[in-house]
Amino acid sequence: MSKSIRLNKGFDINLAGKPQPTVVDADQPETFALKPTNFHGILRPKLTVAVGDNVKAGTPILFDKKNDRVKYVSPVSGEIVDIKRGEKRKLLEIVILADKEMEYEAFKSYSVSELAKVSREQVVEQLLEGGVWPNMVQRPYGVIADVDTTPKSIFISAFDSHPLAPDYHLLFKGQEQYFQAGLDILKKLTPGSVHLNTNADAEVFQMFEHAKNVELNKFSGPHPVGNVGVQIHHLDPINKGDAVWTISPFGVIQIGKLFLDGKHDASKVVALTGSEIENPQYYKTFTGASIKKFVADNLKTDHVRFITGNVLTGEKIDSDGHIGFFDNQVTVIPEGDYYELFGWIKPTTSKVSFQRAFGLLSFLNPKKEFVLDTNTRGQERAFVQTGVLDRVLPMDILPTYLIKAILAQDFDDMEALGIYEVIEEDFALCEFVDVSKHDIQEIIREGLDLMQYS
Amino acid sequence: MKFLRDALDSVKPHFEKGGKWEKFFYIYEAHDTLLFAPKDTTKSKGVQIRDAIDTKRLMMTVIISLLPCLLFAIYNTGLQHFLAIGQPEAAITDIIWIGLIKVIPIVVVSYVSGLSVEFIFATIRRHEVAEGFLVSGMLIPLVMPPDIPLWQVALATVFAVIIAKEAFGGTGMNILNVALTARAFLYFAYPGDISGDVWSYIGTGNEAVSGFTGATPLSIGAEAIATGENVVASLNAYGSGWADGLFSLSNLFMGFYPGSIGATSVLMCLIGAVILIITGTGNWKIIFSVFLGAYGMALLFNAIGANAFMEVPAHYHLVMGGLAFGAVYMATDPVSASQTEAGKWIYGILIGVLTVLIRVFNPAYPEGIMLAILFMNVFAPLIDYYVVNANKKRRLQRATV
Repeated sequence: MSKSIRLNKGFDINLAGKPQPTVVDADQPETFALKPTNFHGILRPKLTVAVGDNVKAGTPILFDKKNDRVKYVSPVSGEIVDIKRGEKRKLLEIVILADKEMEYEAFKSYSVSELAKVSREQVVEQLLEGGVWPNMVQRPYGVIADVDTTPKSIFISAFDSHPLAPDYHLLFKGQEQYFQAGLDILKKLTPGSVHLNTNADAEVFQMFEHAKNVELNKFSGPHPVGNVGVQIHHLDPINKGDAVWTISPFGVIQIGKLFLDGKHDASKVVALTGSEIENPQYYKTFTGASIKKFVADNLKTDHVRFITGNVLTGEKIDSDGHIGFFDNQVTVIPEGDYYELFGWIKPTTSKVSFQRAFGLLSFLNPKKEFVLDTNTRGQERAFVQTGVLDRVLPMDILPTYLIKAILAQDFDDMEALGIYEVIEEDFALCEFVDVSKHDIQEIIREGLDLMQYS
Repeated sequence: MKFLRDALDSVKPHFEKGGKWEKFFYIYEAHDTLLFAPKDTTKSKGVQIRDAIDTKRLMMTVIISLLPCLLFAIYNTGLQHFLAIGQPEAAITDIIWIGLIKVIPIVVVSYVSGLSVEFIFATIRRHEVAEGFLVSGMLIPLVMPPDIPLWQVALATVFAVIIAKEAFGGTGMNILNVALTARAFLYFAYPGDISGDVWSYIGTGNEAVSGFTGATPLSIGAEAIATGENVVASLNAYGSGWADGLFSLSNLFMGFYPGSIGATSVLMCLIGAVILIITGTGNWKIIFSVFLGAYGMALLFNAIGANAFMEVPAHYHLVMGGLAFGAVYMATDPVSASQTEAGKWIYGILIGVLTVLIRVFNPAYPEGIMLAILFMNVFAPLIDYYVVNANKKRRLQRATV
């Protein structure tokens, strides 16, 4: 049964640097990378390639020794040029120098009519072999979907409500048949329904509107309305012992391509956004692309931070860093490492605040596009203010109590207060508005790790 | 302002690890961050931008909301002095002068003694100096009688900061409201200096005007329990000849009568309440429900009517004494109040109910709001416990259906 749900809690941060609705097919970046750190739930990553090896798009390059059926494959064909490691030799990046002409590993392809007859076992086998399995994320915990689990249902958020989020019309234009094929495949994985949740506040993309084999739900309200976790909470909340899977529309399309075309196609459109970008627009490229060519000669100022993803849940990368596996957006904003005389009390119209304490005037001008930098705007303190985090979390969850339960490592309380229903991104706005400047997303992940591994 | 930054940067190494004043890093840092917002940036993972608010601005907003009360306090302290010594025509400059020399020293003593304790604890316990005391340091003077000895202010402040706050781990961890703890400490340690004839400053060498008894509206109410006189008539009669209508309903609302330095004016408290609510720093649910609870309880007593104080019209309870000040500034302290939204209603209503209950049944201590808030501070975690449990139960029930 399709539902239409209106959420009131939340906050939209209106930033400068929205992408122009143009998709450029520019020079492809030289390098692409797979970052094991993008996936939660990889315990013992093991490489199957070494520097100098040649790979095709779809060649397995990594697997998890604890969960060896899931293959992580190369998004492009080329030569492995670098394997970056961090502290304690933690595997950070496998960098691939791309070929000019892309070569693909061949997988079995199906016609649309054949697809209907494929069994669940065959589907799982092909998803694993074709390297598209990591698109599926399992809740609770937000980890790579467990091969032996049958999910209660599958959820797809058909829009992104984060600041400067890319428009899905432009990301997925012309992919209708692959998207539908992907949905048909997903339907075989769960006895429950596949939920496709669209934005009631904007024109709905035809591809979503006409999707079959799904339950189409409509959501409206401010961010985090586009977060799939929030949507699950209102459609079919996760209880203890449940497992549901989530997947992005990109993942669905990639699954469709694997079955219809028989290849691992990692081509995607990414949005280059942010106030410091001269020409914010969309670029055609592949998963894991280096941003070097996109940002070169495209910056307004020098002292900037490059972020793969959005400003709330993203991760800082270098000017030649690579876009994360799940990201379809790069944001560039000014660094904020400066002192500001009496900055803690000066009235300001140029900084955004969810609140209206003395001198915080951004609420007077909700239409304004703000240029925000990375300054923390204060230091970490004990929890003082109450009731504010609740106003940006549209779930029946008491955020402060859950956070405190995690900090106290109280397992019973974490479970009772709803940790199974959340992952970091659901608490990103809480982290933004928190007057005490806690690293709330990090705390939530700590809690998830505690629940899962101890 | 570059020279200021340069000056700070040049002394900073002495305070950092390995420097000769390493121990005092947090004292240095408190001053540095007071002048300059720090240049810290967000971590590489997590939110990349942060809301412009921080605790300093939050606390400063509360202090701004207290300014109407403080300015009124200065004027009223002077005014009550001249009324009490029978010079109602005193020049406004004299009134303000007397107000300044009585109020400002108390404010200074409160801040100096409290911040000293904060700095000492920050240094010993190796943590940043939290901003919580900026508000407590202003609240403490405003609930003192004008004639309080300064050493008692210092002692009460030090006691409150150490016992009510630092013993529990500092700002954000305290169970009791710090400012009210200071006042309660004085009340129980030196009852002679904070009750009876202390609410107007007379001054040495001055004679109180005839008819001046040092009474407050609440003490008149408490006396009525024994005498059985109509409280409203007694209130209206008081001050006749030297300050007509001192305890009239309208004057009780305006606040030009003797009492705690800054807590007499309902009007000023309401202005403060509007600032707190618009800026979102004070919780309207708590403020409203305190008034609601007090009004409801007073109505109930009207219906019972067992003694003269019970028969006081319910709205008198809202303007007498420190109820408004307590509701707006003390009950809303987010750390010691209930933290859940449903809990805030219960917490506020019970404060109002208890205040009127204490006023009417405990004539030895007519100002009920102080004890009512402290009492509910202790019970706030219990209220929250049940609200949180209800949330957990909803989740469990969902799982089984």
